[in-house]
Amino acid sequence: MSRLDGTFARLRAEQRTGLVAYVTAGDPDLPRSAEVIRAVDRGGADVIELGVPFSDPLADGPVIQRATERALAAGTTLARVLDLAASLRADVAAPLVLFTYANPMVRMGIPAFARRAREAGIDGVLVLDLPPEEAGEARASFVAEGLDTIFLLSPTTSVERIRRAAELGGGFLYGISRLGVTGARADVADSAESLAARVRAETTRPLALGFGFSRPEHVRAVGRWADAAVVGSALVQVVAEHAGNPDLGGEVERYVRWLRS
Amino acid sequence: MTTPEIVPTHNFGTRDPDARGYFGAFGGRFVPETLVSAVEALTEAYLEARRDPAFRAELTRLLTHYVGRPTPLWEAARLGAASGGARVFLKREDLTHTGAHKINNALGQALLAQRMGARRLIAETGAGQHGVASATAAALLGLECVVYMGTEDMARQALNVFRMRLLGAEVRGVDSGSATLKDAINEAMRDWVASVADSYYLLGSALGPHPYPLMVREFQSVIGQEARAQILAQAGRLPDAVVASVGGGSNAMGIFDAFVDDASVRLIGVEAGGEAITIGRHAARFAGGAEGVFQGTRTWLLQDDDGNVTATHSVSAGLDYAAVGPEHAWLQSTGRAEYAWADDRAALAAFESLARLEGIVPALESAHAVAHVAALGRELGPEGIIVVNLSGRGDKDVQSVANLTGGRA
Repeated sequence: MSRLDGTFARLRAEQRTGLVAYVTAGDPDLPRSAEVIRAVDRGGADVIELGVPFSDPLADGPVIQRATERALAAGTTLARVLDLAASLRADVAAPLVLFTYANPMVRMGIPAFARRAREAGIDGVLVLDLPPEEAGEARASFVAEGLDTIFLLSPTTSVERIRRAAELGGGFLYGISRLGVTGARADVADSAESLAARVRAETTRPLALGFGFSRPEHVRAVGRWADAAVVGSALVQVVAEHAGNPDLGGEVERYVRWLRS
Repeated sequence: MTTPEIVPTHNFGTRDPDARGYFGAFGGRFVPETLVSAVEALTEAYLEARRDPAFRAELTRLLTHYVGRPTPLWEAARLGAASGGARVFLKREDLTHTGAHKINNALGQALLAQRMGARRLIAETGAGQHGVASATAAALLGLECVVYMGTEDMARQALNVFRMRLLGAEVRGVDSGSATLKDAINEAMRDWVASVADSYYLLGSALGPHPYPLMVREFQSVIGQEARAQILAQAGRLPDAVVASVGGGSNAMGIFDAFVDDASVRLIGVEAGGEAITIGRHAARFAGGAEGVFQGTRTWLLQDDDGNVTATHSVSAGLDYAAVGPEHAWLQSTGRAEYAWADDRAALAAFESLARLEGIVPALESAHAVAHVAALGRELGPEGIIVVNLSGRGDKDVQSVANLTGGRA
């Protein structure tokens, strides 16, 4: 059983809604990013997603685009994100999922990337522009290294493809609760509930819903239909607002704790 | 000499990629999950449309009576004389309605969008020619049109920005990244991810996820179909070489397509050499790039050691792009096509010389292909025959060239 499997089994046993927290790795720079990740863990996130900054984040909204630009300007690369994860692994309780676009991984070489990710203590990998149809080679390398392959599902995903993602994927399924790019919204979209219902009808695999969530009431609402809620852009915005604050870690920890209240 | 009557025809369905959209190792569908169903539906709709005689007849009608096809194949005798005496023929895509080959694809896809029930077109543009073509097709068919354009490109192609607005399109400036074509494509895809239910993404080059590279090439295949018939009629034999500029690569694929099976015909793509072949100063993917995955497709792109896409430069906005269409990557890997580059200086010189020698002001993009002709003509000698795709006219570039030369013509 992978660490992610253990986390979701525990959440179900405790009948608790999980919190998956996304941060852009290397934002605002690598040392402060380490502080942020430790704070997210202390704040009680059940899974931490580390976004790998990429020059052309075409599925991301403005908040994560800006974070990506800050991280790249500070010299963050995929190799350094892996080093960062390795340096934190012993102190961070939550499973770590790398959230990346395909090209940095392809450039490193997929087998080499998978090996280095496993050595760094990464638990799962989600590649944003690698749908199941294109993921064969990557998935084989991930499986060989004991990494879970996380697939995305969207309101536009067909039933057949939900089944395929559930069958080929590991850890959990990441449901995109609304059409569009990443970014916080005021409300939970109606499409979140209908997507969750469609996924639940096909598979018992754990489901995390994301895109648009920023408040504890969003997390609670998601808990009615799914195993966990993902909070990304809103958390990245907290990092952006407090990047120059000596108590950056404290601010992040308080925000994550509040999300779980 | 009498020229047989040529009607605009397409090469549909004879050179398809595999079912997953791969040309050899290149192509595919590397898109975010939300767009998978959209590109699947688009593929299905396109494959059905291209088989439908009514769809094809309507496209031919528009190309004939609205676009003004067939375009002439002009023997540029003075350019030939200045190019080692070879016979040089220009395929005059600059004479189409809106002034570039882009209209061939824009009308084809806009008809498809209408057939699929979309009410809104999304397009990206670099030099502005595809944006103008999309805005034109939208006006003709009564569709809404939003065009994304890098703010850097808006500054250097101001005339085309005005033309698009005049045609009723909304032009949205993109200032992320390098504020050029790749950033406009990112923003168009972000729009499409949110608006996929009622919007059609009208991609302008032979790039992106399957079926775009196939579909755009086939809508542009009319160029090669005409050119091949015309050169046989006018010169009595196939050319020794076909030359075209390559940004994403749609004008080149459009003219290469008809000659791919003619083994004696060299296919030569000319990329933008910019200021120098060093990182950030050019857009010659085969000279300074490597294989990777970018904007939906596996292909050659300019990137750093960490897999981030690097900045590009070209005097020509339409060639200023980090990746090349996947079918070009495949043709390069098999050796069927060869790729050269022309730098900014050579392109500007060709821009001026074509004006002086032939009375034709080419687009700066097309000027890169013209720039390659002198050396090729000397190599082939007086027996040689070269067909050049003159993909667009240069009116849009006159102001920026005047700025670069300090107003000296």
